[in-house]
Amino acid sequence: MINKIIPNLREAVSCIGDGASVMVTGFGDSGLPRELLHALIEHGAKDLTIISNNAGTGTTGLAALLAAGRVRKIICTYPKSSGADVFTALYREKKIELELVPQGTLLERMRAAGAGLGPFYTPTGYGTPIAEGKPQSVFDGKGYVLEQPLRADFALVKACHADRWGNLTYRLAARGFGPVMCMAAETAIAQVDDILPLGLIPPETIVTPGIFVSRVVRKDSGL
Amino acid sequence: MSNLKKLSRDCVAQQVAADIPPGSYVNIGLGMPTLVAKYLDPAKEIILHSENGILGIEDVTPGDPGDEDLINASKARLQLIRGAAICDQSLSFAMMRGGHLDATILGAFQVASNGDIASWSTGDTEAVPGIGGAMDLVAGARKVIVVMEHTTRDGQPKLLRTCTFPLTGKAAVDVVYTDMAVIDVDPQRGFVVRAMAEGLTRAALEAATDAPLAYADDLFFI
Repeated sequence: MINKIIPNLREAVSCIGDGASVMVTGFGDSGLPRELLHALIEHGAKDLTIISNNAGTGTTGLAALLAAGRVRKIICTYPKSSGADVFTALYREKKIELELVPQGTLLERMRAAGAGLGPFYTPTGYGTPIAEGKPQSVFDGKGYVLEQPLRADFALVKACHADRWGNLTYRLAARGFGPVMCMAAETAIAQVDDILPLGLIPPETIVTPGIFVSRVVRKDSGL
Repeated sequence: MSNLKKLSRDCVAQQVAADIPPGSYVNIGLGMPTLVAKYLDPAKEIILHSENGILGIEDVTPGDPGDEDLINASKARLQLIRGAAICDQSLSFAMMRGGHLDATILGAFQVASNGDIASWSTGDTEAVPGIGGAMDLVAGARKVIVVMEHTTRDGQPKLLRTCTFPLTGKAAVDVVYTDMAVIDVDPQRGFVVRAMAEGLTRAALEAATDAPLAYADDLFFI
């Protein structure tokens, strides 16, 4: 019997070791798997590479993981949001490595990895510093930059409903990075509001099929 | 420079809003562009796109706390309009990069007369840089509309022969709305002034711009 349900948050992230690469859903606070991030802090893995749109704001979630000194490098698109004080201080003290990626390129690099594709050409960033050192080409008069697929060991995902097979739905715009990160990570771990009996989620409303998901845990299941 | 006749931010936003054709799908970026949404005529059914995967947004009704999982690129809470659609973020960026958006309205540090735009870094190594969706928008939207002050706070031109800051995109900008003028970017002629603030002289506009200016035959005053 397939059962991807994990009894608590701490156990859900217990497979994440030192030095792991971890994708984290969220666009600001929308879609951020805050409970899984707090469990990861309790778990203690360090020297992590985080892949996420932003670099945390305030004092909880991603900012708390950064403040705990667990992150060696962050790959993101927009780390300078208001309230990103933890990241800003680490960046100025050169205590964190930053790889800045245009958002559509970050998404497509993950999607390519999950979809079994190799490097791909995108017009985004052509003629800018982002393209430096990368192969470039002109097709039909338009310039393109060659970008590489991006995989990760883990993805921490905020979803809404799940079943024991790992099928997921999302609330509103919390969907965001969930579908591509589940595809691109070796082990996708989803925190959800509720776990429903198999068959209760209408199949056509499932956004991420369970084949992409390894672990599901209720967000209120405690550490 | 204080005696220069300048347009208010609201007046600039009204100009931009009036020029968006009915039925357009439009992305609105951070800063001054957000004001444009306030002046769009609902009867024109202009559908606003948010890069995190939403088509069909509006400001939250006053008094409504909104929802953490429903925000725009400025990370402000918003609400869905009737007919709105939500998708995952890679599909949202396919809309942007794939030429499906009719227009993107964004701010900039600098715009050059060949359409180059610099909007994400001033080269200051102490400042945290941020690209977000800007490079995808200028690479893919059918029309790239920049809304910004004509000069920096200390009076330095932001419309230039060549951008000095790192680029967001090359030859991308179609039109620039500033507090002094509306300026089209023509591949052959460079900056072509379409409209300027009432009471502003051509000499004053040219002094605030570090690139040659041409003037449209049907130039008008705002």
